[in-house]
Parts: sequence; C-alpha cells; structure tokens
Amino acid sequence: MSSVAVIDYGMGNLHSIVKALQHAAPEVEVVCVSDAETILGADRVVFPGVGAIRDCMQALEQSGLSEVIRQVALSKPLLGICLGMQALLTDSAENNGTQGLDIFSGHVVHFPEALIDSDQNALKIPHMGWNQVHQTQAHPLWANIPQDSRFYFVHSYYARPDDPALIAATTQYPEAFACALAQDNVFAVQFHPEKSQAVGLQLLHNFLHWNGQV
Amino acid sequence: MSLAKRIIPCLDVDNGRVVKGVKFVDIRDAGDPVEIARRYDREGADEITFLDITATQDNRDTIVHVVEQVASEVFIPLTVGGGIRTLDDIRRMLNAGADKVGINSAAVFNPDFVREAAERFGSQCIVVAIDAKKVSFGDESDRWEIFTHGGRKATGIDAIAWAKKMVAYGAGEILLTSMDRDGTRAGFDLPLTRSLSAAVTVPVIASGGVGTLEHLAEGIILGKADAVLAASIFHFAEYSIEQAKRHMASRGIEVRL
Repeated sequence: MSSVAVIDYGMGNLHSIVKALQHAAPEVEVVCVSDAETILGADRVVFPGVGAIRDCMQALEQSGLSEVIRQVALSKPLLGICLGMQALLTDSAENNGTQGLDIFSGHVVHFPEALIDSDQNALKIPHMGWNQVHQTQAHPLWANIPQDSRFYFVHSYYARPDDPALIAATTQYPEAFACALAQDNVFAVQFHPEKSQAVGLQLLHNFLHWNGQV
Repeated sequence: MSLAKRIIPCLDVDNGRVVKGVKFVDIRDAGDPVEIARRYDREGADEITFLDITATQDNRDTIVHVVEQVASEVFIPLTVGGGIRTLDDIRRMLNAGADKVGINSAAVFNPDFVREAAERFGSQCIVVAIDAKKVSFGDESDRWEIFTHGGRKATGIDAIAWAKKMVAYGAGEILLTSMDRDGTRAGFDLPLTRSLSAAVTVPVIASGGVGTLEHLAEGIILGKADAVLAASIFHFAEYSIEQAKRHMASRGIEVRL
C-alpha cells in the first residue's frame, strides 16, 4: 500500500485535503502528520496551506519542517497547494517581505490595485472562485483533465518564477499568471484541487499515482 | 476566459434538518442537508452555504456533524453561518471541514472580532454577512442601514460605510442580504447591491429576494455582484442549479458549466 503524508504545521484545516485524497485514491494510505520521520518515510507528500505567509514560515522554521520539505523536494513527489505553493518560492511580498523555501527560484507578488476587466468592471481581490486553468506544458498531473478546466481559487498573491519554463499552467485575472509550477518531482498549484470537484479529484488522483518523473 | 460568477445555494439548517425557504408555503421540512448538498454538488453548485438557525446552544453540535458529513463527500467550498461568535466557534467549523464562516451579529456587537478572526485564520475564510434595509424615503438619495435580529433591530449604522470598515478589518468577502426583499421573491435590491459592490474591493454575494432565474442574472449584470445566493428556488427542485447556470449563460454571464 502506498502512502501520502499531508504536512500538518498547525495552519488551518486539513480535513478537506485529507478527505479529498482518500476519495481520489481509496487504495492509498493518507496520514496527516508533523513529525519528520513519518513525512520522510511516506511515498508522496502534500504541502497545503492557507492564511498568511509569515505565520506559515515561522511555523515551518520553529518545527524544523522547512528542512524536511527541502529534503522531500530532492527525493519524492511533492505537491504544494495555495500557500504551500507560495512558500516554495524564494520570497513573498506579503507581510512586508518574507523569505520562502527557495525551491522554485522566483517571487510571490500581490495582484495590482484597481484591476478592471475587458468590460470595465472592477476585479475584486481576493481572486475568488472558479477560473480556467490553461495547461502550458504536458505533465503527468494533467492526465484526463481537459484543457482550460475550471478550478477553485482564493488568493491575493501569486507566484512569478524567474524561469518561465517552470510554469505548468496559467490563469487570467485579467493578465495571465502562473497558477501551476513544475520542476522535476515537485508540482505546485495556486488553486485548491481539494475544492475543485471532479477535476480537482482527478489531479489528486494523478498525483497519488505519479512516480515523480516528467 | 475569465473568472466565473458563482451560484451559491443556501441551506437553512435547524437542528440537523433543512427547513423551508418558501415564505408562504407551510412546509417545515425540506430534507436531509447531506442529501441536498450532494444533489446541489451534482447539479454544479459553485459553493454551498449552511445557515444554522438552531436557537439552542445544545443543538449547535448538530451543524458540526452536518458539515463533517458533507465535507467528506462534497468537494466544493462550504460556508457556515449562524451563531458564529467566538474564535473557538470558527475553529470548530473549519476543523469540521468548512472553508469559510459567515459572521453577522457578532461583528456588529464587536467589530474587532472580525479583525482577530482574519488575523488568526486568514481573510479568505471570513465572510461578513450584512443584513441591510432601506431607510431613505421618497426623493432622498438612497441610504441603507444595518439591522440585526433577523431585520427587527435597527443599529443606525450605514450599510455601505459598514461594509468598507469590515473589509478594512479583514473580511475576505461580503454576503449582502436585503431585508426588504428577503422572502419576497421580488428580486434583489439592485441599487443596494450595486452601491455596495462598487464601494468594496472584495467579492460581494447578493442575497435576498430571488424568485426567478432572471433575478439571478440581474444580480450579476445590474447589481454587479460576484456571486448570487438563493435558497427557496432551489429547494423542492423548483429549478435546478444547472437550469440557473444555463439561464445566466444565455444572458452572457460567464459561469462554470
């Protein structure tokens, strides 16, 4: 039986992600843990997150989990979700500038103020709701997910990698931004697959059967 | 290619059962919340909101179990409102699987509660629910005030100013209910919705008064809402969520189909 560890570092609710993983692949053992040994012993690791990045990084540093995530990123399939994606970049503009884990080289920035769409309507921040995910490279995690499927987003900051080749998908709000990043055995998404109904469960299913090869 | 406008069915839950959303029909029980949530999810609901109207503290645990059950099999965002007064209430709901909580009266009594909640749990999960009623007359320019206790108690607080303040305090979204329209099936209060949506930077959910599918479209096109919430038209299968979305799409509104 293969296993997946969901990293629990005290930032919010992990119920949804655990249930969604169980649903997406009932044959996989899902554990929700904070201890390094279990995380490093699992076949795959999910790094979720909601809230503010400073609290997230503090929790990771204090618990020693930042080092664990760095090790995971070198060795096995890792899926970062939402704040878990943003924390993988070099730094974030949130909370007056916060250092990230620097697994993806690049920055996390805020949406510009006073955005308007093509009909001159004001765009709201946070970017909240179902938006289209445009796959910009083939990847095992996109298997059986139609191009431009809608996933559920809720965020005010987004990733801007230094190397555009890391971008696995983009979403428009109103300009295109990177909503998925891929590098070797690490995949990260800004949207919430655990809240994105059928396509979200498909992505989790794909992750739970991914060997980390591209 | 852009962000879809959302349709959010709302379930009024009393002691573990969904109760009637239709004002003039005397049917108390509309069914099992888990079953109904499952149906809405199948039909393409973008989110589901539970309003816990249970009066007694003893029965508050029931809504936690409902959320747990729904969150175990329905993988779209879930919001719980009603009786959220403390940080511990919020934590319980989030741990049960809710993604957001709606804060209403508690924000009016203690605005700092919203700030503390947003700091602790993040703005993305804090929805401030505003019950507003028109207080201007005749030729006066439109003015709405906040009411509490189901619209019975005036607070003297201007609704638009209040919404701005709540956003400044960390609300990630506003759920706006017109007390004049709630239960009337006469359509949203569009001037209220438009004024409030223009005044804040966060998404606004329009609520109160939906009787037809066209009302939903009006809330988006004329009210400039980011999402529309309705209860009674979706209960008893009067309309399906899918019908509602097809109607909105026919009006040129971007929806998730």
